[in-house]
Amino acid sequence: MAKTDTKAKALDRRGLTDEQLRQMFRNMLLQRQLDNRGFQLNRQGKVPFALGSEGHEALQAGAAMAFERGKDILAPYYRDLGLALGIGLTPYEIMLSIFARAADHNGGRQFPNHYSSKAAGLMSFSSILAAHIPHAVGAAYAIKYRGEAGRAVLVTCGDGTTSEGEWHESMNFAAVHKLPLVMLVENNEWAISTPLDKQMGQPEIWKRAAGYGMPGKRFNGFDPIETYEAVKEALDRARSGGGPSIIEGHCYRFLAHSTDDNDMTYRTKELVAEARKNDPVPAFEHRLIEAGVMNAADVEALRKDVLRETNEATDKAEAMPYPQASDLYTHLYEGAWQPWQ
Amino acid sequence: MATKGKAPAKAPFERHGLTDEQLVEILRIMLMHRTLEARGFQLNRQGKIPFASAGEGHEGVQAGAALAFKRGSDVLVPYYRDLGLDLGIGLTPYEVLLSLFARKADHSGGRQFPHHYASKRLGLHSISSVLAAQVPHAVGAAYAMKYRNESGRAVLVTFGEGSTSEGEWHEGMNFAAVHKLPIVFLCENNEWAISTPADKQMANPNVADRAVGYGMPGVVVNGFDPIAVYAAVKEAMERARSGGGPTLVEAKCYRFLAHTTDDDDRTYRSREEVERRRQDDPVPNFERLLVEQGVLSPEGLESLKRSVLAEANDATDRAEAMPYPAPEDLYTHVYADSYQPWR
Amino acid sequence: MAVSTTGSKILNNVEAVRETLYEAMKNDDRTVILGEDVGARGNVFLITKDFINEFGAQRVIDTPIAEASIVGIAVGMAMEGLRPIAEIQFADFIYPAFNQIVGEAAKTRYRSNGEYTCPLVIRTPYGGGVRGALSHSVSIEALFYHVPGLKIVAPAFPADIKGLLNAAIDDPDPVLFLEHKKTYRLIKGEVPEGHYTIPLGKADVKKAGTQLTVVSYGLYVHWALDAAKQLEAEGLSVEVIDLRSIRPMDRTTILQSVEKTRKLLIIHEDNKFGGIGAEISAMVAEEALFSLDAPIRRLCAPDVPAMGYAEPLEHEYMSSPAKMAEAMREMVKF
Repeated sequence: MAKTDTKAKALDRRGLTDEQLRQMFRNMLLQRQLDNRGFQLNRQGKVPFALGSEGHEALQAGAAMAFERGKDILAPYYRDLGLALGIGLTPYEIMLSIFARAADHNGGRQFPNHYSSKAAGLMSFSSILAAHIPHAVGAAYAIKYRGEAGRAVLVTCGDGTTSEGEWHESMNFAAVHKLPLVMLVENNEWAISTPLDKQMGQPEIWKRAAGYGMPGKRFNGFDPIETYEAVKEALDRARSGGGPSIIEGHCYRFLAHSTDDNDMTYRTKELVAEARKNDPVPAFEHRLIEAGVMNAADVEALRKDVLRETNEATDKAEAMPYPQASDLYTHLYEGAWQPWQ
Repeated sequence: MATKGKAPAKAPFERHGLTDEQLVEILRIMLMHRTLEARGFQLNRQGKIPFASAGEGHEGVQAGAALAFKRGSDVLVPYYRDLGLDLGIGLTPYEVLLSLFARKADHSGGRQFPHHYASKRLGLHSISSVLAAQVPHAVGAAYAMKYRNESGRAVLVTFGEGSTSEGEWHEGMNFAAVHKLPIVFLCENNEWAISTPADKQMANPNVADRAVGYGMPGVVVNGFDPIAVYAAVKEAMERARSGGGPTLVEAKCYRFLAHTTDDDDRTYRSREEVERRRQDDPVPNFERLLVEQGVLSPEGLESLKRSVLAEANDATDRAEAMPYPAPEDLYTHVYADSYQPWR
Repeated sequence: MAVSTTGSKILNNVEAVRETLYEAMKNDDRTVILGEDVGARGNVFLITKDFINEFGAQRVIDTPIAEASIVGIAVGMAMEGLRPIAEIQFADFIYPAFNQIVGEAAKTRYRSNGEYTCPLVIRTPYGGGVRGALSHSVSIEALFYHVPGLKIVAPAFPADIKGLLNAAIDDPDPVLFLEHKKTYRLIKGEVPEGHYTIPLGKADVKKAGTQLTVVSYGLYVHWALDAAKQLEAEGLSVEVIDLRSIRPMDRTTILQSVEKTRKLLIIHEDNKFGGIGAEISAMVAEEALFSLDAPIRRLCAPDVPAMGYAEPLEHEYMSSPAKMAEAMREMVKF
């Protein structure tokens, strides 16, 4: 694993302003708060299911900062809460999804964390791993076909998804057509219970890039600034006609796969505790304070604000109605439809 | 990555331990390969068979690779353009003609397109025409060998460069690398997937460059040089047989003919290109090499050609005289027992 | 039922699958299990829990996330003499493997004229009622039952699961073995100990009756039985047939029942158009039309892609014992 020294006092900020640094940190805190809220609501029996992305906060906050709102397209997977927040989704929208309310983006049809928002440039996706990657490639083709320079598609997936045939087919096509696409792999070492060494014959996914004829890069996904820089470099290349890249951020999945999974059946507490030592959230907090971007009181105020926003979003979303039974039949085709006409 | 082999006629003669007899056998397979494929196209033009496909340009790859295959021990999972490999591991011209004529005595009982063989005796896997579908099968076969500790055995699986774009190819490569399976992936890169040239198939010119991403060795070899192919495939097969895991070998060759008798390649590539590439035709080059090096006399070559033609003629006559499958053969081998969906 | 047993015990459906797989692994070292999270995790429903410790990682293979190759590699293993049991983690994930199931496994024997065969079991949990949303709740049987060369089983009771899974594992051809995930822990029953098989293609009359034949499979057999019991209390007599096998399907049991009751109601969780009920209706119309006293009726899911995650959407999609009882009443009184 490529580690950068996250304790350095002089903050190498790679052009990020104080405001941007604070935004990234806020995103990270919000991710963790909303993740916790989902698990809490599940334990309270209020929602049947929740997914966490703990360990991915820095990667997602950093990547989102490189995304150009109103221009770029995000094709995420289901562990991308921080990316969704970072490109403009609100905690209220997240809670609507967790509660499966009628006002949710997909009308309560999909599992939590399966957002879709044309306004935000966030493509709809299913729970099926790698199925969204060809879609992202298609979107990138459309951008190139229409000559929309300055736009690019950011597509994400976990390490496990890179084993799917659709992943390979997509990388190959994107390379052949030099499409404006960035394949961001969030390598958290675990695919439910399957560790990296059972997932692939060598552990560094970025190395596959050369075989497709595109650049590849690996970075420390626990460092939001390093992530920002890597994603920005790749997105800038894509936006300016330089073609696709495979970039791989190394992070860790601190929680079980979902509320339906017990990770202690396949990995040890000690292993997770060891990885937790590099928890990106307190590490980034520490760096911002040391660099004087925030002080301890600022951090406290921010935490309170994030909790308040989460609470308000929870209450507001919970009070919203479920979809109605008749909503099962809408949006199947354009217009009303029966199979026998 | 090592690039092995050069245009054979110009290179100093490196025989990689092959005896005169083996070298002549390579040439015989190459000649038989070409003769039988020409026969297929002929029969098609005569209206005797509806379809034929050919691997002209692949003779060197296939005859060389076949010699690295251990009969009675290794398993071959080929694709449909592998007549030379199939012949090289023991398929007879008669079996080839049965397949072309779709006779009842054909391996598939006349069910499949030509050159889709299946023979447990030869260790030759049944394949469909669907590209890359055979790759996971080969990986499964290699897993079975490793699971049963059958050391000394390996699987040779082949495909064109077009198949490497398929998801199943990727999934097969990845799994073989994770489990260090006894398998060699041999890509016969002939630069054309029907009408799609290699540069529209992939952005990187070498399929073998992908090997590193899976964590296995990758080798590029001149597919017009059967001796170089033999050496590269043999090294990879021996690594596989002795527990060293999988290898991706890419043999560069060229598809001289159209994809099949149903394809007109003038619609998508120039005659000049094909003629230029023909100058490296591996068959006359290898004939010349063996004669120049004194492995074969000019008379020996002539007599070899005559015997190949005689065998092809004999196989054609015998196969043509065989019966078609009967209408009731449509219903057999759907399941092990006789079967109707409604019971 | 071919039985050589000593006693019986109460198992739920998960335990029945688990016990059968365990015995298959124990009895035949050609048997290997491959799929996502089947090893250390012991499958997401804990069906293969601890198998990896007892049988080793070579026989309990945690695959990369690559469904086409899970089936494709199993095909190659089967062609070379192993007896693979492939698992697709959820039926909703099976589509990338469609080519390997339909194009390869189902045709291997046929295309090689019997030289190569593909004795392979593909197990997968399917079905809804578990808040599984669009991608953890689908029924897939209709997409595959059109395919000659494939066999499909969808048992609902623990004893049937064991007998049919044993038969599927012993079978010389590829079998798609569907397990309704809502029944996994919900349904318990007596299961004979020891090895026994139930022939593929034999339905089972789970409740005898005289006024209406109900044909179903999976979770809905249990709900249909609940509904039939309600009607029994009202003095109405319904016969409930559990298909158990979808390909081959048991014509004899259905026709015998329909000729007795003279009415047919088909109930399934999958949607109606082109579903299993269409084939049953056509068969009965062809062979027993003049035995019928009422039009054939199908009670199936609405024609939408899947049930939604939100509770009202799932509820609307799924049938219920009450809805089934209502349909049965109407049919009996027709």
